[in-house]
Amino acid sequence: MQIIVNHIDHIYNPGTVFEKKALSDVTFKAEDGEYIGLVGHTGSGKSTLALHLNGLMKPTSGGIYYDGVDIASEGYDLRSLRGKVGLVFQYPEHQLFEEDVFTDVCFGPKNLGLEPEETEQRAYESLKAVGIDDDRFYVSPFDLSGGEKRRAAIAGVLAMKPEVLVLDEPCAGLDPQGREEILSIADSLHEMLGITVIIISHSMDDLAEHVERMLVMHEGKLVMDGPAREVFMHREELESMGLAVPEAQAVLSDLKKMGLPVRDDLITIDEARREILRVFGRQA
Amino acid sequence: MIRDITLGQYYPTESVLHRLDPRVKLWGTLLYVMSLFLFQSFAGYIVASVFLVSLIIMSHVPVKFMLRGLKAVFVILAVTAVLNVFMTPGRVLVSFWKIKITIEGLRTAAFMVIRLVFLITGSSIMTLTTTPSDLTDGLEKGLGWLKIFRVPVHEIAMMMSIALTFIPVLLEETDRIMKAQQARGADFESGNIIRRAKALVPILVPLFVSAFRRANDLAIAMESRCYRGGEGRTKLNPLKYAMRDYAAHGVLLAYLAAIIAVAVIF
Repeated sequence: MQIIVNHIDHIYNPGTVFEKKALSDVTFKAEDGEYIGLVGHTGSGKSTLALHLNGLMKPTSGGIYYDGVDIASEGYDLRSLRGKVGLVFQYPEHQLFEEDVFTDVCFGPKNLGLEPEETEQRAYESLKAVGIDDDRFYVSPFDLSGGEKRRAAIAGVLAMKPEVLVLDEPCAGLDPQGREEILSIADSLHEMLGITVIIISHSMDDLAEHVERMLVMHEGKLVMDGPAREVFMHREELESMGLAVPEAQAVLSDLKKMGLPVRDDLITIDEARREILRVFGRQA
Repeated sequence: MIRDITLGQYYPTESVLHRLDPRVKLWGTLLYVMSLFLFQSFAGYIVASVFLVSLIIMSHVPVKFMLRGLKAVFVILAVTAVLNVFMTPGRVLVSFWKIKITIEGLRTAAFMVIRLVFLITGSSIMTLTTTPSDLTDGLEKGLGWLKIFRVPVHEIAMMMSIALTFIPVLLEETDRIMKAQQARGADFESGNIIRRAKALVPILVPLFVSAFRRANDLAIAMESRCYRGGEGRTKLNPLKYAMRDYAAHGVLLAYLAAIIAVAVIF
């Protein structure tokens, strides 16, 4: 499903000393089935932008169109929009509240007004999709491990069967294994179910391995938009915004500067490894 | 909506009131609140209004921002007014069935509401111009003499300052949890009172969990810095009276004198 963000601004606390322009003239279009990374330094407005995508925040000016319909228009069903655009907040495990994991995951579909059978079916499927075993379904969500909590919370959003899934810093505070689990869940959702996935992060390495398109935010503005590989070619610009390029690419471009004949448009560790081995005339 | 609560919030700007010693502001507020109950006459209200308006002007805090805090207590004001209008005996103005509205009732209601508005605005001037840490410093120093009676003044001040600094943190947290549950289709706005109360569970449980987690983290952080209460503790910026603080005392005394004079004469 298509989302169009058309020249939106958002100003916090207008007219007071606390006034802050969080978004400034942001425009982009997300097509059905895209896999997008949204990056930016802390305070660049990426989380604020995410809140606009499912109507939790309203732009001060400009408009957002879902499937061609203005979500600010009279009588638009925002609740069903929130089912279609699933938003997983930062540290989503902080929103768990039910007595057991399964009931918590049922919260979303139940709010959509579905029948109990359908609700439970969806909860079961979502918990399976994030790799939580049956024997963990009926324990208290507060007794799960950090990574499990995070996945259970994501299942809570998945159970609404969103067409677009927005994940805000899904890997924050997880160990490498937990990060990889979360990102591979995102991958499989994108590949198997064909849903649009938008990952917000400031880890370029995580994004380089997964997303196809990158949006870069800086001080409330959308400053870059393009295929991940192209965006990462702007190393200096990214660094001036307090962002980095993926480590693999940084190594390659440093090697190139030192005179080795390597390509520097490769972004994943695996690609970099092959390239370096190739230059030294060995097989991967 | 939640961001409208200005009670207890600090408004960062530059003014004489901001620079005053917190002790002066604390005593001043206490004195002002007491003074509101000293008089009955119209003249008393004029004196109190003049004093309050000049304070508002001196504070450099936008009036709009200050009055926003009154929205939160609107219900209390309305209930007070209604009770006073209908419950005060006196000369009957209008009467229908068993309900009577008296002239005295209207008068008391109006004065009561004005008094409450003055009280709330007066005390919010203090919090708007004083940072929470200054405020508790002021309390600690101003009430230091209570230590003779074994009152743990420092500990109480510390608890207050922690509570005050946590208010905005928890408000923000509430806002975030509300949004997260709304993203899962939660609805806080429709339905009858029981449904609305039930709708609060998904907010309150995570909020309590997070409050306990924060409290625990803070306790560990304080312990690991060897915090152990007030005995022998020194300050980075000890409070000291300046010329303007003595002047403020003068102004306060003058105000008190004026109020007493008005109360006696009229």
